[in-house]
Amino acid sequence: MSPLLEVRGVTKRFEGLLAVDRVDLDVGQGEIVGVIGPNGAGKTSLFNCLSGLDAPTAGTIRFRGELLAGRPDRFTRAGVARTFQNIRLFPHMTAFENVLVGRHCRTRVGLASAIGRGPRFHREERESEARAGELLAFVGLGRLGGVVARNLSYGDQRRLEIARALASEPGLLLLDEPRAGMNAQETRATADLVRLIRDRGVAVAVIEHDMRFIFGLCDRVAVLVQGHKLVEGSPAEVQGDPRVIEAYLGAPTA
Amino acid sequence: MRLDRPSGVALPAAGAAALVAGSLSPWATFAGFPGKMSLGGFPGGARLFCLLLVAGSALFVVDTGGRRRAALAAALGAVAVVGLNLVALVDQGGGLGGPAWGAWLSLAGAGLLAAGAWRLPAGRAAAPDDWPARPASVEVAAVAVGLLALLGAVVWGLAINESSRFVSFLVFVGFTCAALHHLGLFTWLTVLFARRQRMAVALGGAAAVAFPFTQQGNAYWIRVFASIGVFAVAAIGLNVVVGLAGLLDLGYVAFFGVGAYVGALLANASLTTVHVHVPFLAVVLLGGCVAAVFGLVIGAPTLRLRGDYLAIVTLGFGEIFRITANNWDGLTRGPNGISGVPDLAAGGFNFGAAHSLFGVTLPGFANYYFVELALIAAAIVVFTRLNDSRIGRAWVAIREDEVAAAASGIDTIRLKLLAFAIGAFMAGCAGTVNAHLTTQVSPDSYTFLESILLVAAVVLGGMGTVPGALLGSTALFVLPEKLRSFQDKRLLLFGAALVLLMRFRPEGLVPSRRRRREFRDDAPAPAP
Repeated sequence: MSPLLEVRGVTKRFEGLLAVDRVDLDVGQGEIVGVIGPNGAGKTSLFNCLSGLDAPTAGTIRFRGELLAGRPDRFTRAGVARTFQNIRLFPHMTAFENVLVGRHCRTRVGLASAIGRGPRFHREERESEARAGELLAFVGLGRLGGVVARNLSYGDQRRLEIARALASEPGLLLLDEPRAGMNAQETRATADLVRLIRDRGVAVAVIEHDMRFIFGLCDRVAVLVQGHKLVEGSPAEVQGDPRVIEAYLGAPTA
Repeated sequence: MRLDRPSGVALPAAGAAALVAGSLSPWATFAGFPGKMSLGGFPGGARLFCLLLVAGSALFVVDTGGRRRAALAAALGAVAVVGLNLVALVDQGGGLGGPAWGAWLSLAGAGLLAAGAWRLPAGRAAAPDDWPARPASVEVAAVAVGLLALLGAVVWGLAINESSRFVSFLVFVGFTCAALHHLGLFTWLTVLFARRQRMAVALGGAAAVAFPFTQQGNAYWIRVFASIGVFAVAAIGLNVVVGLAGLLDLGYVAFFGVGAYVGALLANASLTTVHVHVPFLAVVLLGGCVAAVFGLVIGAPTLRLRGDYLAIVTLGFGEIFRITANNWDGLTRGPNGISGVPDLAAGGFNFGAAHSLFGVTLPGFANYYFVELALIAAAIVVFTRLNDSRIGRAWVAIREDEVAAAASGIDTIRLKLLAFAIGAFMAGCAGTVNAHLTTQVSPDSYTFLESILLVAAVVLGGMGTVPGALLGSTALFVLPEKLRSFQDKRLLLFGAALVLLMRFRPEGLVPSRRRRREFRDDAPAPAP
């Protein structure tokens, strides 16, 4: 069976800088894949290519066998959703409204129906609201739906971003540093949440600097260094690989 | 509530007494100043406003939330009214001999009141439970009284003919609203209006329909409000573009112009290039559709830009429209424009003629006024229903963070084009009616300044709300009309009023909840 996400030779060049260099990466159904690497290794640039925010200079991205290209909303509709390293919620909308926006690409009501308010409109709104309420409860914000997003605590904002991404019913969720700025307890909760997301049938790719978080969570880990993939393997393999240690700490001076 | 120590009341009591006495005394040493200011014994002209603002001194003995700021607002309002009139009296009376002792006494009294208010303890802010909640009868009465007060203020203001007195009136209304705002009245009313929305809308609609019947056949204000109606439809359309989707369009009046030209060309005007006559209803829709197509044509290449860049490019397209209309003699008759557009007629009913209804003779403009009301009602339905749907949510999401909106699965280009087309459609519909109302269409009516005025109406009224667009377009239309006697200083005053409003209420007169959150940290969050 072919993997859910097939990345082949993706390259992203900004002017003179090679941010992503011929990266191959697969994410299978029900997998949690980690992407690690030192600062500036191209992790977020890779995610931007995978979510359609940046067009890769070269290479192909296939999702469920279909070639992905074009604007970000096409990627989301195809089933790749993401969160951002620096949280990007709609700050003046409530938590509930934020999740409702995530439903946009799975709802159909058009101009005439929105103005005419037929039974289809009401049915779809009810479905969306039920779904949004369920997702808020799922990420642990069940009672905060009416709070304006920017008034939520930092950890809750990260959880809300995940709920919004899940609202688009993705097959693959890209998480860009989901535990940045969290304490140990919140980090554990986030790891549990990611496992629950996987159990819902959503594959997850996650960028993170926290090694304990990554190695405790992921089925497979890819290490990016200066844009290219240095190593890929199980957490144990990656942890024991001398090239990874060298990339992070520098070569031992003998 | 409790009474204060009498010692703290002496200063404001003296001030209130002086202000009352001063307001009942002559303010001018010469005859001819509006409000019979040279005569004493009655509060004529701006003196009435001072007398009403004295009511604010009751706050010195009643302890309620926000009273310091409210008392201060009332007292400063009196200071401002007296001060403005002093300046006018000195100006028109030829120096310091112009104002009489009553004016100086009033100024002293108002000053004492302000000083007393300044010395009040800061106290707590107004809380929602300062005001009665529930019993349905109280709520219904409050909504009705609130609407009546608004209408009363409008009718009162319209009846003031002298510009100087109108400015005093504006200052009075402004400071009174500030005082009531600090007492929490408007927060309370907002909640009530939201809870009794249907009733408020029905009452407001009824008042709007009743308005022409109150004018006793006098066409002037009916005509003004018919013009405002045209403007208001366009403002609601622009509110979709700017208020909801957050796209700053500085060439919006071009869509209005497209509609006007379509309306004029298809009406078989006396001086025109096209000699066809199409039924009016079809023309309104056609004008809207043509404008919407223009919106798509202009939007498709420009909507990839954001913020300031979009504003500049739309400004350019607005000018292109005007210059094209000015030079395309074969279709638009160039700078002469198309004139002699006949009155609307539908099934033997001539919209230009006066008609009698319920024993009241309504001038021809009343018919246009009712057409405008129908258009406004339609625009309101479209605006509110779109706002409260996945389309409206997507627009707001685009305004808040376009990248996040796109990553959340929103086709941003398509939705921005939709906002542009709907806004243009509304402006086009309004334009066709305007062609008939003004009987002529020429390029100089669609200048950059008109676009700016429309944007100002939306921003001033409050982005993203219908009452905001209505209030903003009314204010922007009535203010210049009322300030006419200031002639060349008119635009200066107008600009000053806008600056003041943006300083003290940047979110606009009637902001949407969301918009309010962007400007105020203390804005109440909706109940979960």
